[in-house]
Amino acid sequence: MASRQFATFEVAGQLFGVEVHTVQEVLSYNEYTPVPLAPPAVGGLFNLRGQVIAAVDLRVQLGLARQALQGPVMNVILRGDGEPVSLLVDKIGEVVDLDDETFEPPPDTLSGPTRELVVGTFKLDGRLMLALDVNQAVDTYRATT
Amino acid sequence: MEDLGEIVGEFLMESHENLDQIDRDLVSLEQEPDSRDLISRIFRAIHTIKGTSGFLAFSRLEKLAHAGESLLSRLRDGVQPVTPETITVLLVTIDGVRALLSSIEENNTEEGIDIDSTIERIHAQMNAPSDPAAAPAPAAAPAAEAAPAAEAEAEAPVQLDETPKRAAPEPIAEQRQPLGQILVEAGAAQPADVSSALQQQIEGDERKLGTILLEEGKTQPAAVSEALQAQTPKRSIADSAIRVDVDLLDTLLNMVGELVLARNQLVRGVMEIGDATLVRSAQRLGMITSELQEGIMKTRMQPIEHIWSKLPRVVRDLSNSLGKQVELVMQGKETELDRSLLEAVKDPLTHLVRNAVDHGIEDPERRTASGKSPVGTLTLRAYHEGGHVAVEVADDGAGLNVERIAQKAVENGLLRPEQIPNMDKRDIMAMVFQPGFSTAAKVTNVSGRGVGMDVVKTNIENIGGAVSVDSTPGEGTVWRLTIPLTLAIIQALTVDCGDQRYVVPQVAVLELVFIDGTATKIEYASGAPVYRLRGKLLPLVRLDRALGFEVGGDQGVYIMVLQADGRRFGLVVDRVLNTEEVVVKALNTRLKDIGLYAGATILGDGKVGLILDVSSLARRSHLAVDSERENVVEKRTAGGGGTERLLVTAVGERRVAIPLDTVTRLEEFPRDRIEHAGSREVVQYRGQILPLVRLSHLLGAYGEELEGDTVSVVVYSEGGKSVALVVDRIVDIAENSTTARRDAEEDGLVGTAVIQQRVTELLDVRRAILAADPNFYSDSMDEMLVEA
Repeated sequence: MASRQFATFEVAGQLFGVEVHTVQEVLSYNEYTPVPLAPPAVGGLFNLRGQVIAAVDLRVQLGLARQALQGPVMNVILRGDGEPVSLLVDKIGEVVDLDDETFEPPPDTLSGPTRELVVGTFKLDGRLMLALDVNQAVDTYRATT
Repeated sequence: MEDLGEIVGEFLMESHENLDQIDRDLVSLEQEPDSRDLISRIFRAIHTIKGTSGFLAFSRLEKLAHAGESLLSRLRDGVQPVTPETITVLLVTIDGVRALLSSIEENNTEEGIDIDSTIERIHAQMNAPSDPAAAPAPAAAPAAEAAPAAEAEAEAPVQLDETPKRAAPEPIAEQRQPLGQILVEAGAAQPADVSSALQQQIEGDERKLGTILLEEGKTQPAAVSEALQAQTPKRSIADSAIRVDVDLLDTLLNMVGELVLARNQLVRGVMEIGDATLVRSAQRLGMITSELQEGIMKTRMQPIEHIWSKLPRVVRDLSNSLGKQVELVMQGKETELDRSLLEAVKDPLTHLVRNAVDHGIEDPERRTASGKSPVGTLTLRAYHEGGHVAVEVADDGAGLNVERIAQKAVENGLLRPEQIPNMDKRDIMAMVFQPGFSTAAKVTNVSGRGVGMDVVKTNIENIGGAVSVDSTPGEGTVWRLTIPLTLAIIQALTVDCGDQRYVVPQVAVLELVFIDGTATKIEYASGAPVYRLRGKLLPLVRLDRALGFEVGGDQGVYIMVLQADGRRFGLVVDRVLNTEEVVVKALNTRLKDIGLYAGATILGDGKVGLILDVSSLARRSHLAVDSERENVVEKRTAGGGGTERLLVTAVGERRVAIPLDTVTRLEEFPRDRIEHAGSREVVQYRGQILPLVRLSHLLGAYGEELEGDTVSVVVYSEGGKSVALVVDRIVDIAENSTTARRDAEEDGLVGTAVIQQRVTELLDVRRAILAADPNFYSDSMDEMLVEA
C-alpha cells in the first residue's frame, strides 16, 4: 500500500501539509526585512546562514489578513526551484505517514483562494489535513481576490 | 585511450591561447615585417597545433595548419616578403583553425567547416611572388619539418630517461621543443646535419643530440647551451601554475563573503564584552579574514590585457576595410579586474572600439584636410580610481556632433525642443545611450544600426558600473567605463528611510547634502521638489514616496546627489549612516520583477538590506532630463594622463583637495569612538587601530572645532595599513583643470589651484599620512598598532 510522508503545519486553525521531500528545513525567525512595492503576499526577507530568503505569507495567499511580523514566526522553508522560498505559518505540526487511501480530492464546497492552493484532503484521526500545491503556494503573483 | 577527452580538452585550451598569441604576433609582424623572432614564434605555434592535430587524427585541421605553416616557412626563410596580403591570408587561416577548433569542441567533429578555399588562398599567396630564390627553399623546409618529428621519438629516451617511454605525447604544456628544431630555427645547425644526427641516435648512438652535433663540429657550443636554455622555462611554468575551475573560485569567494559577515558580527559582539584577550583574538581573526579575502580576490583577478589582446586585430581588420589608418595605443594593460567582470566588459569594450574606428576616427583625407595626421590614434586606458577601475576608449576623431544628437533626440521624442537650450552638452551626448538611438548618416555593417550603445550601457550597469561620454569637437571623443573591482562585493552607502535601512551603490553617488531647513532647503516648483545645488536646480525624488511609505518632513533630511542614465537627481533620505563594503546577494527572481532593487545584502546586524537600483528609481520617478550641469568642461590632452580627479574637503574656512586615486574610502565616525593611544588619536576600524590626523591641526587652521556627533574622515590604505585624515566636511569631487596653479608656500601642501571658481589648496598626502603614522611607509609593523 502506497503511503507518503507529509510535514504538517497550521494556519488560522486549519491543518495543512506538504510532502516532506519538498521541505528543506523548518525554523523560527524574528527579523524580517519588508520589501516595499512587492506583492502583498511577500512577508519579507530574512538571512538564513548568509542566504537571502523570501518569506511568503501563507495567510495572505489564503485570502486572510497579513501576519503581524512581530516576534518569532515559524517558517517552512521549501527547496523551491533552485532557490529556497519560505512559507510563514502559525504553528508547526508533526510529520505524518499517510496512506493514499485516506486521500480525497478537495470538497466541492471549498472555494475561494484556498481552493486554488489545495490539491486534496487527507482524513486524519479527528481532523482533516489539506495538501498544498507547493508551486501555487509560493506564487506571489497569483491573483488574490 | 579513455583519457583522450582530456587530451583533446587540453589541446583545445592550449590552442585557443596560442591562436590569440598568433593573432597579436601577426598584427605586430605587419608593423615590423623583418622580425625573425615573430615569424619563428608564429611558426612554432602553428607547428605545435599541426603536430598535435595530426596525433589526434583531426586531419582537416592538420591540413589547414600545414598549409599555413608552409607559407610561414617561406616567410621565415626569406623566400617571399611579408606583405599585408600575406598577413591577411594568415589571419584568415587562423580564423579557419579557430572555426575547426570550435566545431571540435561543440560537435566533436571537424566536418562542415570549409578549409579548401582558405588553402587555395594560401597557395595563391605562395605562388604569387616571382622570386627566383623560391626553388631551393621548399626543399629545405620539409627537411626542417621532418626532423623534429623524428627527433621527438628519438630524443625522448635519452633526455627524459626518468619517465617511462609512452606512445602518446605528453600534454602540450609539458612538452619541450626538440633541441634540433631550436638549433635549426636559430640558424645554428643545418637541417640535414640534425637529421643525420637523429639517424645515428636511432641506430643506437647513446650520445645526446647536442653532443653529436658538437663533436662532429656541426654547431657551436654557445648555440647548444642557448638552445638548452630555451627548452627549460616551459617546464618551470607548467610546474609553478595550475589551472583551477572558476566555479571552485566562485564558491570560495562566496564562503569568504560569509566569513566576512560572521567576522563583522563577532567583532561587534566581542567589543561589547570588552575582554582584552578576546578583543585581540577577534582583531587577529579580522586581519586574517581580510587577508584571506584579498587573496581569494587576487586569484580571480586578471589583467585587462586578456580582453584587450583581441582588439589590435579588430582595429586592424576594421580600419583596413574602411580605408582608415588607426594606431592603437594601450595604457595600463596590467590593470587587474575580477574575471567575471572582465567577461562582462569584453563585448561592450569591443563595441566601443569598433564604434570609435567606424564613426570616431575620420578617413585620412578628411583628417589631412582638418590639419591632423592621417593616422588616427585610438587610446585604450585603464587605471584604478577610488575603489573602481576606469577604462577609457579615446579617439582623436571629429568628436560627437551635439546639435545632430539633440536634433535626433527631438525627432525620436526623447527630448522636447524647448529643453535643448537649457541642457548641458554632456547630458545631450548621453542621449546616445538611449535605446534605438543612432546618428549615423548611413548604416554600416559595423555600427549605426542603433543597437549597441544602449546595450553597452545596460551591460555595464548590470555589473554595477557606469558609462559616460565626453567629446570635444574636432579633438575627439572619450568613452569612459567605471567598473567595480569585484562583482560580489561593492562599496555602498547605507541609508535610513522610515524605520528601514537601504543600501545605495556608491558608484552612483556624486555627493551628499544635509538639509537643515534654513541654510539649505527643499523648494517646490509647482509641487515638484527641487534643491538649488550650486545655483542649479536639482530635481528630487523622495525615497519614502517612491517606496510607498508615509511621506516625511523636509527638515533634517539628506539629499544624495545620484547619477544614473546620464541624469542627475537628488534622493531624499532620512539619514545617511556610513559607507561599507557589502556582499551582493541575488534577489529572489520574483522580487527582481519589482525593478526597484538591484539585489540584497546582509547588513552588519545580520538583517537583510535591500540594494536600491538607482537608474530604475530615476525612471520610476518619471524624471525629465534634469537641468543640473557642470560648468567646468573637462579638457583632455591626447596621450596624457587625463585630468586629475580631486576630493574637495572643507577644513575650517579653507578648501583642501586630495587626489581621489589615493583615497580608499570615506567614513563617518561617531565622535565618542575616538580614543587616545599615547599622544595620538586613533579609532577602531575593521578590526584595526586606525591612526587619525586632523588636517586642521596639520595645516595650522586652528579654528572652532565643529560641533556634531560624528567626524568625517578620508581613509587611505596601502599594503594593509590605513590612516584616516579628519576633515570638517566632504564638499565635492571635482576635476582639476590645471590652470591657475601656484606652488605652495606652506608646509603640508603641494600647491593651490582654482577649482570650481574657488581657491583650493592641494594636500601633500604623503606628509599628512606620515603625520598620522610615521612608520606608514616602512615595512616593519608599527609597534603601537600591534600593542594597542
